[in-house]
Formats: sequence, structure tokens, C-alpha cells
Amino acid sequence: MKIHQLSLFLENKPGQLTAPCRDLADAGIDIRTLSLADTQQFGILRLIVSDWKRGYELLRDKGYVVKDTEVVAIEVPDRPGGLLEVLKVFEKSAVNIEYMYAFTFGRGDKAVLIFRFDDPDAAIALLNSAGINVVGSVEVYNR
Amino acid sequence: MAEFLFENRIWDPAETLPRNELQALQVHRLRDCVARLANVPFYRKAFAEGNVTADRIRSLDDLKRLPLTTKADLREHYPLGFLATPRSEIVRIHGSTGTTGKPTFVAYTRDDLALWANLCARFLVAGGLRPDHMVHIAFGYGLFTGGFGLHYGAELVGAAIVPAAAGNTERQIVLINDLQADVLVCTPSYALNIAEMMRAQGYTPDKIPLKFAHFGGEPWTEDMRLEIERQMGLLAFNNYGLSEVIGPGVSGECVVRNGMHIQEDHFLVECIDPDTLEPVPYGEPGELVLTALTKQAMPILRYRTRDIARLDPTPCPCGRTGIRMGRVIGRSDDMLIIRGANVFPSQIEEALLRVEGTAPHYLIEVDRPGTLDEVTVRVELRPERFSDKMSQMHGLREDIERQIHVVAGIRANVELVAPQTLERFIGKAKRVVDHRKEKGLI
Ligand SMILES: [Zn+2]
Repeated sequence: MKIHQLSLFLENKPGQLTAPCRDLADAGIDIRTLSLADTQQFGILRLIVSDWKRGYELLRDKGYVVKDTEVVAIEVPDRPGGLLEVLKVFEKSAVNIEYMYAFTFGRGDKAVLIFRFDDPDAAIALLNSAGINVVGSVEVYNR
Repeated sequence: MAEFLFENRIWDPAETLPRNELQALQVHRLRDCVARLANVPFYRKAFAEGNVTADRIRSLDDLKRLPLTTKADLREHYPLGFLATPRSEIVRIHGSTGTTGKPTFVAYTRDDLALWANLCARFLVAGGLRPDHMVHIAFGYGLFTGGFGLHYGAELVGAAIVPAAAGNTERQIVLINDLQADVLVCTPSYALNIAEMMRAQGYTPDKIPLKFAHFGGEPWTEDMRLEIERQMGLLAFNNYGLSEVIGPGVSGECVVRNGMHIQEDHFLVECIDPDTLEPVPYGEPGELVLTALTKQAMPILRYRTRDIARLDPTPCPCGRTGIRMGRVIGRSDDMLIIRGANVFPSQIEEALLRVEGTAPHYLIEVDRPGTLDEVTVRVELRPERFSDKMSQMHGLREDIERQIHVVAGIRANVELVAPQTLERFIGKAKRVVDHRKEKGLI
């Protein structure tokens, strides 16, 4: 099950991060998790929100450079070697992990990680055959 | 034997004069020119100060002893202070409409007009014009030299001319199609307008009768050439000239299309550093300085064109012996000196075009924080180029930096900024902020 992530281009200036968060909050859209990749000059803000379609349109109409990207949310056992089990699935495959970040909430003894694959469909097929739980979108958006 | 795109016809045998004969002719004509210019008060005064007389001109090296002429000199002698013949011999006036202040006028005798037509015929034939062609001229015809110059050149070759003049693009398209024009003459930007409208009307390149085009009157790029050729299915040629020197006809491309042959039997060319006024080596960009050797009404010595281009002295496979000039890459007024190298905003723009396909908004900032100049180019990110992957964003930035290095020869720091964040300008955009000036460093 693929999840929609919103990616935003931000200039590395004060207030750049708060503005889109405020715009989303004002529209009643919840941010489920976020991750910021930044350099000295600019940053890429990656967001999972409660209503990605409305969030996308809102940010686009407000003039942000925003992109909708499909990512995969994966449940990872919250114990030593837990992440390794997931990574091993892709070790010998042609699927590349572009980047990953943690979801803010886990559930019980499991953590949820967001993975950006170059080929999400192939990644999901591999995960399914390895018996690793891919978290559904309803669960992620509504958590 | 070289393979050409089409038959390499030469209109005037003078175009292929061996270099040594050409140079002897130039010296002879320069001496004549100096003799005639003794009638012009501006030059008479300069010659007296420099102790120059016609019989002291022995070689082309003596050119250096002759005065430079600028646009300001022409303005100062408004309207016709540079006339070298009696007023009664003038048969035509043209001029450049100054964007600020007065226009400058140029005058032609009957012989001047015949020379002008011949020079235009040369580059038109070099670029494929044949007597059986129909030539559609969508240049302005007034004081501007473009329309008349190419009109008389094409007429001399024996082609049929449709003097459509500029404007009313829909009507232009009707004329081109109904009369089955083979050749289009206009500015490259107007050609793009015509091409766009043709496409909107559903014309595919195979339905457009045009085979050749001759563009001039403004600087343009190789990308524009490809775009126009692709949209209209023709071969486009570049030509260069300016009214102060004669109008179009100073230089034009041949079938090889790798630079414009300067018609050196009538024009002497120098390429100088606009600051030091010293000649720059071949291949380096510099300001073109032109001497019109054979004009009667208004010969001009060492006219500073403000146009920046490169000269290429290597022999051309077409057989023409005139030195070739590259595209005009900028105006000397816009030139920046970065760590001793001359850089033009147009080069940065070209680099951006190469990476992006279209020119995004950009701003060049130059500073000298320590002892060395540093250049930062802020480029507005185009939304379709945004990626959620950092590697791709770095890749885009590095591509731009690499192309700036290739085109302009400098290392610049590229900063991607959000769209619509750089200031917008009505009319001429301000592309450069030079902090060195504010600090009094230059
Ligand atoms: Zn040639």
C-alpha cells in the first residue's frame, strides 16, 4: 500500500518551515509526520498529512513548490536488528532506497518507518513475500 | 571536397580574395578613406592632433594611430556632422532610433546604396538565396536599415520580393502561404512569433513553404535557431550589421554556419577589450570595432560597436576568405570582469538555457569578500524540476554550475531559490548586482 507524501522546496531562511505548517493547520489538515532534509542553501520538507489531496492543492495554490511522491510505510520490530531485517529484503534486489525517516508514532512494540523507493511497487511485492507488514494508508493518515 | 548542406554559391569573386591580396586592398582603401575623411571636422581635428595624413598610412598597423569613433561622437555632431560628401550627393538617410535622446542619422550616396545591395546579396546567396526564390520581408522599413538593406540585396540577386514589413502576424502567414514564399527575412524574435501562430493555426513544418530564413537586427542564440528551424522546417542564417557602419551586410553566415564572414574588403575589424582598448587574442570575446572603408557619404573610422563577439581567423571550407565572427554575445556596457576574465550576463543565461531548456529568472551577484571575486547566481527553481530527492537537487545545481563554467569560463556558486522570489522588472531586467561597486572596489 503506497502512501502519498508531500515534498516542499524551502529556502534556508527564517520562517520558511513555519509558514507551510501554519497554512496546513489553518485549513484543518493535520501533519502526521515530517522530515526535513536541508543544506546551507535550501531544504526539502517531506510531509505526511491527514488529507494529502487537499494539502497538495492548498500548498500549490499558496505558491509553494510542492510535489506529490509515493512512499511506503513499513512496520519494523522495535528491537535490535529490527531494521536490519527490512533492509536485508532489498540488499540483493534491484530496488533502491532513496531515503527513509521514522514515523512519529509507533504501535506497541513496532516502529513505523517511511521509505522512499525508486520503485515502490517492486518494493511492496518484495516486502509481501518476505512477510513484512506494509502499513495501509487509512491507518497512516488517521493515526 | 567538403559536403555542404546545399550548393555553395559565391555571389562576388571578391569574397574569396587571397588574404595577401585582401590586405593590400585594405591598406589602399584605408589610405583613400583617410584622405576623404579630411573633409569631416571631427576627423580633421583628430588627424591634426595625431599627425596623421593619408600618405602616412603604409600598413594596417597604422590603424592604431587613427581615432576611435563612438556613438556619443555621432550624437555630438547631430544630425549630419559626419558627412564627407556635399549634401547634394546624398540619396538616402537612415538612422537608429535612440532608446534615449536623439536618433543618429547615416547618409548614403547612390554608390553607397549600390555597395550596400551588393554586400547584402553576398550573404543572402551564401545562405541559399537563388534568383527563382520568393522572399518575404517582415522587417520594418522606415529609418531602420534592416528592411531596405535586405530588400535591395535580394532584388539584386533577382529574387521576387514581398515587402510585407513588420506587424499583423496573421496577414504575414496568409502572404507566406498564398504566395509560397521560399525565404523569410525578419528579426529572430518575430520569426518565433510567426512560428508560434503558425503552429496554433495547425501548420506542420511540412506544410510551411519556407526553405531558408535570414535573421538579424538583434542578438539571438543557437537554441532559438534550433527552435525556429524545428517549428518551420527551414534553414536559418545569421547576419550582422549596424546602421552607423552601413546596416546589414557587415557580415553573414555561409553554408558552413559556423560564424559570420566579415566582408573585409569593405570593413576593417578589430576586437578589443572595452576597458583597456587593447586588442584581445583571437577566440576571446571582445568589443568589435569597425571601419567602413569604402562608403562615400559617411565613412567611419574605428567605430566602437559596443557589441561583444569572438573572431575566428581559421580558413572556412566554403572558400570565402573574410574572417568569421561569432554571435554577438552581449553589449560591452553589460560586461563584468571576474578575476580578470570578461563575463557577460548573456553567457549565464545561455548556460541556464542549456540546462533548463528555457531561461528561468536569475540574478547574478558579484562580490569580493577577500582578495578574489566571487559570483553567486540565484536561479528560480522551476516547479517541474523540483525533486524530493536531495541528490537530484544537487545534480541540478551542479549541472548549472558546470554549464556556467563551460559557457562563461568561471566558477559560480549557484543558489536555487523559490519561484517568484526574485524581483520582476518591466522592460529591461536588472540581472546583475555588483557589490564591488558599492564597496568602491571597482
Ligand atoms: Zn564560410
